[in-house]
Amino acid sequence: MGRKILLEKIDIPGINTFDGYRAEGGFSTVERALRSMKPDEVTEEVRISGLRGRGGAGFPTGLKWSFLDRKSNNPRYLVCNADESEPGTFKDRFLMERNPYLLIEGLILSSYALGSNTTFIYVRGEFKYIIGILEKAISETRKKGFLGKDILGTGYSLEIYVHSGAGAYICGEETALLESLEGKRGNPRIKPPFPAVKGLYGCPTVVNNVETLASIVPILAMGGMEYVKIGIGRSTGTKLISACGNINNPGVYEIELGLPVEEFLYSAEYCGGIKNGKELKAVIPGGSSVPVLPASLVCRTASGEPRLMSYESLADGGFATGSMLGSGGFIVFDEDACMVRSTWNLSRFYHHESCGQCSPCREGTGWMEKVLHRIESGHGRQEDIDLLVSIAAKIEGNTICPLGDAAAWPVASAIRHFREEFEFHVNNPALVSNPRHISFAKHSQVHV
Amino acid sequence: MGLRIQHRIFERDNLPVEFSPAIMEKFRQLIARYPEGRQKSALLPILHIAQEESGGHLRVDVMDFVAEMLQVQPVEVYEVATFYTQFRLEKTGKYLIEVCRTAPCAICGGEDILDRICSRLGVQDGETTADGLITVQSVECLGACGSAPVLQVNTEFHENLSLEKVDELLNDLKKNAETEKDGKLKWAEKFC
Repeated sequence: MGRKILLEKIDIPGINTFDGYRAEGGFSTVERALRSMKPDEVTEEVRISGLRGRGGAGFPTGLKWSFLDRKSNNPRYLVCNADESEPGTFKDRFLMERNPYLLIEGLILSSYALGSNTTFIYVRGEFKYIIGILEKAISETRKKGFLGKDILGTGYSLEIYVHSGAGAYICGEETALLESLEGKRGNPRIKPPFPAVKGLYGCPTVVNNVETLASIVPILAMGGMEYVKIGIGRSTGTKLISACGNINNPGVYEIELGLPVEEFLYSAEYCGGIKNGKELKAVIPGGSSVPVLPASLVCRTASGEPRLMSYESLADGGFATGSMLGSGGFIVFDEDACMVRSTWNLSRFYHHESCGQCSPCREGTGWMEKVLHRIESGHGRQEDIDLLVSIAAKIEGNTICPLGDAAAWPVASAIRHFREEFEFHVNNPALVSNPRHISFAKHSQVHV
Repeated sequence: MGLRIQHRIFERDNLPVEFSPAIMEKFRQLIARYPEGRQKSALLPILHIAQEESGGHLRVDVMDFVAEMLQVQPVEVYEVATFYTQFRLEKTGKYLIEVCRTAPCAICGGEDILDRICSRLGVQDGETTADGLITVQSVECLGACGSAPVLQVNTEFHENLSLEKVDELLNDLKKNAETEKDGKLKWAEKFC
């Protein structure tokens, strides 16, 4: 069994109630931190722990916290990003549903460290029932004196509010989230200034993912020096991985960073191998935005080393032969999956979700969707494949926020690794005209 | 998102806008969560409740009412209502079925689920049945990929779907409509 920290107590009955959580030692880190630690000492533990943002970017959390403008006379805010919308990612939903008090405890510790007296949890609107769970957890915690004015008689006051989004992937981007929280369209802001200096209402703000903030609890409980020993190299700690697609055991798993991908994919403890005894075709290891890996590069890197579930190993080989850990949304495709259709599907997603601010993304995502649909439906031209590569290259790096990159990478990587499949579609229009149930794998058998 | 309502013309129906005292109180509580002068922050949560209280979509008059309440220009409400996919400007059925169409669901049969619903109801994606009971809408990732394929009925999740389960669900919705008991929690009950 791998080491569990965040999900260690997830199966204990009643852990989702205040009393049940408290009986398991819940809120003891709050008691200790608020009574005997200075806010900067909490931040220092987080820095030592090496914790990196679990939302996708992997930026060191302690460093992000250290950027917060503490000299400003304005109030400081902590905002919890629970706008979990990256296709393939459903770990935060699981955590909030099953152990909401862990997040609340993490929020209190983090708010104390950052000096926030008003903290918001921005939850995607589709998770309406999660909003109810969090509201209840906040109100219980408040009744027990761990939230509100003068918490535990320490003089520190904190209110936590749940704020609902309304269906916009872009609001997972931190500045778009802040715009949305201010009651506006979710158009990302130009950085700098970064939220740490000018964030919510123009005040210094830190935005962190649910899993990141929940991880503060075990870090404070064991100490940063202990946490840093878990994991591998600069990938410290554990990570929640949400596994889905054509596997036997889809679900949320906590892994110690550094676990071999092969073990994660095939062992019965985790994904349990490919469903229906099929062959593996490809994996998107970190949410739909990261490059897809063909079967040959999933368990081993291009240099033949075992591929590990860590920030570094999944990125080994750069975008030529690697990918990213991202949000931990692990999407598995079996031999029947059509990569052209899946790539078109994801392009449609990014086109739909582009906020429309930057021309390369607004126009480019639509072009990619159209060209991919043309190829997929048997009307593709040979030059379309290079056209897609060219469009993707022109979006990447030319937009205010990373949604442009996120739209470009899946297309570029699918063509890089599965070019012959795109060519097959172009060259065999009759065979792909009813594509949904006839995969490329079967096409090639027909063809040969 | 931005393109969805490209050519829409806003029309007022000049019907009165009224919310119950309890709902008005919820609105006040929501506004009080945000710092003074930042009442606009309450816009999204308030629009959710206003939409539900108005039968599932936002009339222009309702948006104007919200604008006045939050002391912002009406256009500030329109631009938000048209940006976010959960806000609907056209009348929808009593039940809004939102079927996930994004890749993780699609490779697990999500496209077949959408087809089945449309063919059973005799409507296209995005349309409402003639009796006004059910609207079918394909949507992007609902964040429940581990239990694909998934859909939501008025934001209530239905997961690990099969064609049989979908048939059952449609029958249940029709039965429910007859007894007028859907038991779903409203936005207003979730907040505050």
